[in-house]
Amino acid sequence: MKRLIYIVIFVFGTGLFAARGIAQTAQPAGASVQSASSLQTATAAQSQKLEGEIANAQGAGDNAWMLVCAALVLMMTGPGLALFYGGLVRKKNVLATMMQSFSLMALVTVIWAVIGFSLCFGSGTSFIGGLSHLFLHGVGSAPDPTYAGTIPFETYMIYQLMFAIITPALICGAFAERMKFSAMVLFMVLWSFIVYDPMAHMVWGKGGFLNAALGGAFPTLDFAGGTVVHITSGVSALVCALYLGKRVGYPSEPMPPHSVVLSFIGACLLWVGWFGFNAGSALAANGLATSAFVATHFGAAAAAIGWGLAEWLRNGKPSVLGVISGAVAGLVAITPASGFVGPMSALIIGFVAGVFCYLMVSKVKARFGYDDSLDAFGVHGAGGTIGALLTGVFASSAINPIFKDGQGKALPVGLIDGNAGQIVNQLVGVLISWVLAIVGTLIILKIVDVLVGLRVREEHEIQGLDLALHGEEGYTFEA
Amino acid sequence: MKKIEAIIQPSRLEHVKAALHEIGVEGMTVLEVRGHGRQKGHTEVYRGREYNVDLLPKLKLEMVLPDRLVDPTVDAILKSAKTGKIGDGKIFIYPLEEAIRIRNEERGEAAL
Repeated sequence: MKRLIYIVIFVFGTGLFAARGIAQTAQPAGASVQSASSLQTATAAQSQKLEGEIANAQGAGDNAWMLVCAALVLMMTGPGLALFYGGLVRKKNVLATMMQSFSLMALVTVIWAVIGFSLCFGSGTSFIGGLSHLFLHGVGSAPDPTYAGTIPFETYMIYQLMFAIITPALICGAFAERMKFSAMVLFMVLWSFIVYDPMAHMVWGKGGFLNAALGGAFPTLDFAGGTVVHITSGVSALVCALYLGKRVGYPSEPMPPHSVVLSFIGACLLWVGWFGFNAGSALAANGLATSAFVATHFGAAAAAIGWGLAEWLRNGKPSVLGVISGAVAGLVAITPASGFVGPMSALIIGFVAGVFCYLMVSKVKARFGYDDSLDAFGVHGAGGTIGALLTGVFASSAINPIFKDGQGKALPVGLIDGNAGQIVNQLVGVLISWVLAIVGTLIILKIVDVLVGLRVREEHEIQGLDLALHGEEGYTFEA
Repeated sequence: MKKIEAIIQPSRLEHVKAALHEIGVEGMTVLEVRGHGRQKGHTEVYRGREYNVDLLPKLKLEMVLPDRLVDPTVDAILKSAKTGKIGDGKIFIYPLEEAIRIRNEERGEAAL
């Protein structure tokens, strides 16, 4: 019986195969009577169809990668940054600190959808985008070749949103444990409009003043946000710390981190999320993304070693908080460079940033006595600045031939590559982001101070913000 | 009746409990406390800022005992809690006026 089935299948299969062969051989005979021109049209149509299919396949790959990257970058804010900062505060303020990160995930999303994206990436002036994408008008599944030709423009929009979320969240480290929640909300809305949107447009928007790829006056290299994200947030953080003043009891009372364990988990999540931040900034699943991924990882590793070693030499012990802070400092510094430098340059940038930020946090802060509670300036402002400048030194046309001459030949990019002038461009970019952050933040602080007041009442600060602002406690052991 | 308070190293608790069990001491209250006597604390450094931690975690055992058990209890604690280093703790002995069991209002040694 079994044998019979095999025979039937065999005969049926052979018959099918033979019929197909006859049909195929019959086709050229039919084609030979067609005119030559229609044959050409058919071939052109076929190759066009093939090209379309290749583009679809690339689009699918790129889009899959970019959506994952967008999710990774969101993970950096919550839970990454929320845990990192949450562990560093005293336990009476842990929820209030996490609430700052989380509320920005919601708040910035809404203003981004309404107008933020348009102000960053709508066509406008050299300094700020226009209103062409108000309410996400024209942001759909069709790619925008100006920014990313292979992924839906909507993917680009949601990916960029995650940057707009984490940037203000970084500032929270400077005013932790003493700012009113209402003041923070108002401050962050204004800050998004006055500092982030113009800076993102200048560096990444088409025709932006500092845009390196799309016709800026001073082409500043900033692959993933050294100026846009880290300098703006870090410098604004310093302004906040100075304007708000010290926490009650600082520095005479001890204020050690209440849980380095939470900070540890947060820092590890930041490290992983940063692959989405930097490698994703290639905006495609290509070789440049891999190069940025590797540079990012190497930068973090070298910086962890740099900070840890510096601490070991000075204090006799390498601390856990030290190596995780170092890794974050390295990730900050490699951010603008990630898509422009090779792996060995990344190791150098990371190591330098690790040692430099350690000195900023442990020596410079103590010297000047400002209370940047969680070192948002010492890590992001300082790390972002040194990273942006070192990008001008190490950027290489072998990694990313961003500058081309009239014939399309690659020109040198960074100082070592043979383009000393790039240092000037980087300096201009750094200077503009510093000035914008300082002036913008001062104006906003003044407005918020007048409207709602910045600091909580002293008794609330002593009680802790969790209870005073949110009516909750992070740890209730009686339950 | 006497009340005994013993401040010990947290790591010695199991030894002390075993030694007390052996001589027939049944009840005790254990509190997690912080403090220091002659033992100096240690220094912690977070991002270059030094913190002196001089209040160290200890355990405080509280027991109320009939007079005949006081000496064996003190001996048992001395033997079982000792590591020989500074920070091993102290034993305090107080006279006690009254003890009352809440469930049935028994008083005195019957309540222990």
